[in-house]
Amino acid sequence: MGGGNGPKVVVVGGGFGGATAAKYVRMWSDYGISVTLVEPNASFLSCPLSNLVLSGVKTMDFITTPYDGLVKNHGVNVVHDSVTAIDADKRIVKLASGGELAYDRLILSPGVDFMWEALPGMAAAGAKDKVLHAWKAGPQTVALRKQLEAMPDGGVFAISVPLAPYRCPPGPYERACQVATYFAQAKPKSKVLILDANDDVISKGPLFKKAWAERYKGMIEYRGKHALSDVDVATNTLKFEFHEDLKANVLNVLPPMRAGAIAVQSGLATANKRWCEVDFLTYESKAAKNIHVLGDSMQSAPAMPKSGSMANQHGKTCAAAVVALLTGKTPNPSPIYTNTCYSFVSSKEAVHVASVHTYDPVKKTMVTVAGAGGVSTAANAVEGEYAYGWARNIWADSLV
Amino acid sequence: MKKVDRFFSGLVLAGLCSWASADALQVRSMAAGCAACHGTHGMAAPGMDDLAGTKKEILLKRMQDFKSGKRTATVMHQLAKGYSDEQLEQLASYFAALKN
Repeated sequence: MGGGNGPKVVVVGGGFGGATAAKYVRMWSDYGISVTLVEPNASFLSCPLSNLVLSGVKTMDFITTPYDGLVKNHGVNVVHDSVTAIDADKRIVKLASGGELAYDRLILSPGVDFMWEALPGMAAAGAKDKVLHAWKAGPQTVALRKQLEAMPDGGVFAISVPLAPYRCPPGPYERACQVATYFAQAKPKSKVLILDANDDVISKGPLFKKAWAERYKGMIEYRGKHALSDVDVATNTLKFEFHEDLKANVLNVLPPMRAGAIAVQSGLATANKRWCEVDFLTYESKAAKNIHVLGDSMQSAPAMPKSGSMANQHGKTCAAAVVALLTGKTPNPSPIYTNTCYSFVSSKEAVHVASVHTYDPVKKTMVTVAGAGGVSTAANAVEGEYAYGWARNIWADSLV
Repeated sequence: MKKVDRFFSGLVLAGLCSWASADALQVRSMAAGCAACHGTHGMAAPGMDDLAGTKKEILLKRMQDFKSGKRTATVMHQLAKGYSDEQLEQLASYFAALKN
């Protein structure tokens, strides 16, 4: 495992994109290519469904999957560490623990990082422990749930949404529903305020608005065009470019996002210094040879959301291409894959958005297939069950 | 017109001949797109249908019915419309041949 003279692939980041790529490179090379996955977390924590932890419908156990499946079933060498630097000429990555790993092809799936510099008040001591994002499932998910539990009835929960693109377009609106689900049951006089930098709800808009109007009337309030300019952490106050300050009991700030730090510092974030441009046939970086980038860090193709579902598909497309390139073959010239994304609007009922993406050889990017895809006609419990089915399957496809 | 079509598909095939068993790998990749919901190798975790080992005619008819709108679903009638008849046929053959 990891030894021998065969080709070596190093994968950085064990989320939906990286874990899937690691598994499929092993599988599709008939276990002939060695794969090392570098991931700091002990287990995989799913962002999809993590909003259900905030409502108390699910616990952290439910969204946690160990990395054992990749090790035992596929012989992936999982290293719990972080990559601090990439030497693209020598084809080596440097680890925080001091070691190095050599690669023939490097797959980066480092997810998103937050642009804290856009919110100077968040640099204050202790600010990031008090005003949470909970946009990477983990300790912050648990901490935000605790803040909601500690909030008095009649209090206000305010969530700030950054301008698109950001990770998981419908996520903030689902979160508002889940917090309101908890409030309706435990703190019925409380309110949920959505302060959105975008003009309007950017995903599943009519379905979310219907849920807010019919299920959470008087509890959830949506305000578009609310671009956050800063946070006064001492007074729990949000500051906006064009609107009055807003104080709330619990603040949930989703800062603007960009590609994970290792991709940015390695010069791969060539689109606005935020996202990494790739060749959509191979996911190879346009800025560096032998380095592939996938998942949320990528400069997305048109109408391609930053979602776990998409990252899983990038992982497989990239894995097929990497195996082809390392065995002297030509990568698939016409990839096609789907995106399906569910959001829970209550404890049991969900809505979805689906799309089909295919390669356009003229535009050299992925485009959505016209006439395909769509959204739910209405929220319902059947889709809630399918949402769980989706989760169990994509977790297994990525990690087992 | 048909002659022209054949001429162009000949060109495309010529371009692909360096790619060993191109079609098989292409279909495998296309089928892997279904795995996010229907499991790796078409073997689903609870809550979704297995595709592996399902008779080709059954899978193909179901997908064609989703595509034509004859049959509705929560999601599949929307996704089936994104695939050509040829692609649906390839997917149905692929999953029918997998062991369950």
